[in-house]
Amino acid sequence: MNGEAVSLQGHPMSRLLDVLRTTLRLTGTKEGCGEGECGACAVTIDGRLVNSCLIPLLQAEGTSIVTIEGISSGDELHAVQQAFIEYGGAQCGICTPGMVLAATVLLDRVAEPCLEDVQHALAGNLCRCTGYMRIFEAVLAAVKYHRPPGVVA
Amino acid sequence: MRTWLADFDMRNAASLDDALEVLAGEPGAWTPFAGGTDLMVLLEAGKLTRKRYLNLWSIDQLRGIREDPQVVTIGALATYTDLLESRVLQDEFPLVCAAARETGAVAIQNRGTIGGNIANASPAADLPPALLIYDAALQIASTRGRRVVSYVDFHKGYKVMDLAPDELITAITVPRGRGGWIQSYRKVGARRAQAISKVCFAAAADVVAGQVRDIRIAFGSVAPTVVRCTRTEAALRGQTLTRDLAAAARAYVDRDVSPIDDIRSNERYRRTVAANLLEQFLVGGLR
Repeated sequence: MNGEAVSLQGHPMSRLLDVLRTTLRLTGTKEGCGEGECGACAVTIDGRLVNSCLIPLLQAEGTSIVTIEGISSGDELHAVQQAFIEYGGAQCGICTPGMVLAATVLLDRVAEPCLEDVQHALAGNLCRCTGYMRIFEAVLAAVKYHRPPGVVA
Repeated sequence: MRTWLADFDMRNAASLDDALEVLAGEPGAWTPFAGGTDLMVLLEAGKLTRKRYLNLWSIDQLRGIREDPQVVTIGALATYTDLLESRVLQDEFPLVCAAARETGAVAIQNRGTIGGNIANASPAADLPPALLIYDAALQIASTRGRRVVSYVDFHKGYKVMDLAPDELITAITVPRGRGGWIQSYRKVGARRAQAISKVCFAAAADVVAGQVRDIRIAFGSVAPTVVRCTRTEAALRGQTLTRDLAAAARAYVDRDVSPIDDIRSNERYRRTVAANLLEQFLVGGLR
C-alpha cells in the first residue's frame, strides 16, 4: 500500500474502497457513484488504473496499490498535482484524486500524450464542476515536467 | 453499502482444476467471479442474489492470447486491455479491439474480462457482436471433461446459456483468415465511454467484384440476447451489392431483431437505427 506492506483482516468481498477509507484511514480516495461509472474512487493496482469500489478485498491481496496519498514524494507534489493547482483543475475536489491518478497512469505510459490521449485516459472520470477543459490543460501541462519511471534524463 | 456482507462468502480458486472441483462438489452453490465489474455493482446495490463466489482472478492459466496457424485462442480471463494490447487481434480481428475500446473506460477495461462478459449474458454487451462476426467458439471445462460450443448457439434466451452449473468457460477461439473482408463496428449510446449501448452493431462482408460472397451481421441491445442476423445474411449472400440492395436490407433486418422499450431507448428508435447501421455498412461496401 503506497510502498509499504500492510496486513489487515476483512471480509473477502469488502470493497477495496471501504477498506482504504475506513480501515486504513486513506480518505483521499472518494466514493462517487459506487457502481464503476464515475472514477472518483480510482486507484492503481500493479500500475493499472481500477475503480476501488469494484475490487473485492480478496483480489487486492498481494498486490501493489497506489492511492492519491502515495504519489507525492514528501512535500514535493507529483507533477500532475502541481499542474492541477496551477491550471485550476480542481474545484469541489471529489473527482480530483481519481482524475490525478488516471493522469499519472497516462503519463507513465505515453511520453507525449495529445489532447485526445488525455480525453481517452480520463473518459471514465466524471467531473460536475470544471467542464473538463482546465483538467485537460493541467494534464497536458504536467507532461512538461513529469519524467516517467525508468526514463533517464 | 446496502448489503450485509456477512451473508456472503468468497473463496480463492488455486488453479483451474481446483475451481472445477469446487464447482463440481456443490453444483450451483458457488458462482464464478472474474473481474467483478458486473457483480460488485450488484453487491453494492443490494441486488446480488447468489451468496457464495469463487474467485478466479488468480488463475493465470486462464490468461493470455495464443496464436496458432489456424486459430487465435483468448483466455477467458483476458481483460479488455489485454485484447486492446494484442497485436494479432489488432491486425486480424479489429472489431474485437473496437468493441473493447468502447466498453467502459480505462479502469473498467483493466478489470472486465471476455469470459465474464460472455457469462454475464447481457443482451447489451458490446463485445459479443464482434465475436459472433468472427465465428467464435467457446471452450468449456468441467470435471466431466471438455467441450466446444459455437458461440452463435451459446445464448439460448435472456440470461439463459448452454453452460451447466459445474462448468467454466476457459477460452474463446476465433478462426483466422478473414483478411480482405469489409468490417465495421458501431456502438450507438449516450456517450462513447462508460455508457451502455442503445444499439451496437458488428458486420463483416466478403465482397468480390461487386458481389456479396459471404456476410456476417450481429447486434447487441435489440433482442433478449445478442443476435446474429442469419436470415438477413442469407437474403444478401450471393447478391450484387447496390444501393437498392442496401435499402432492401432494412426490411430483412427488421425481421431479425426484436427490441424493447427500456431506460436507454425504445423499440422504434432501435429498429430504425439497426436498419440505418446495416444500410450504411452495405453502402460503404460499394466504394
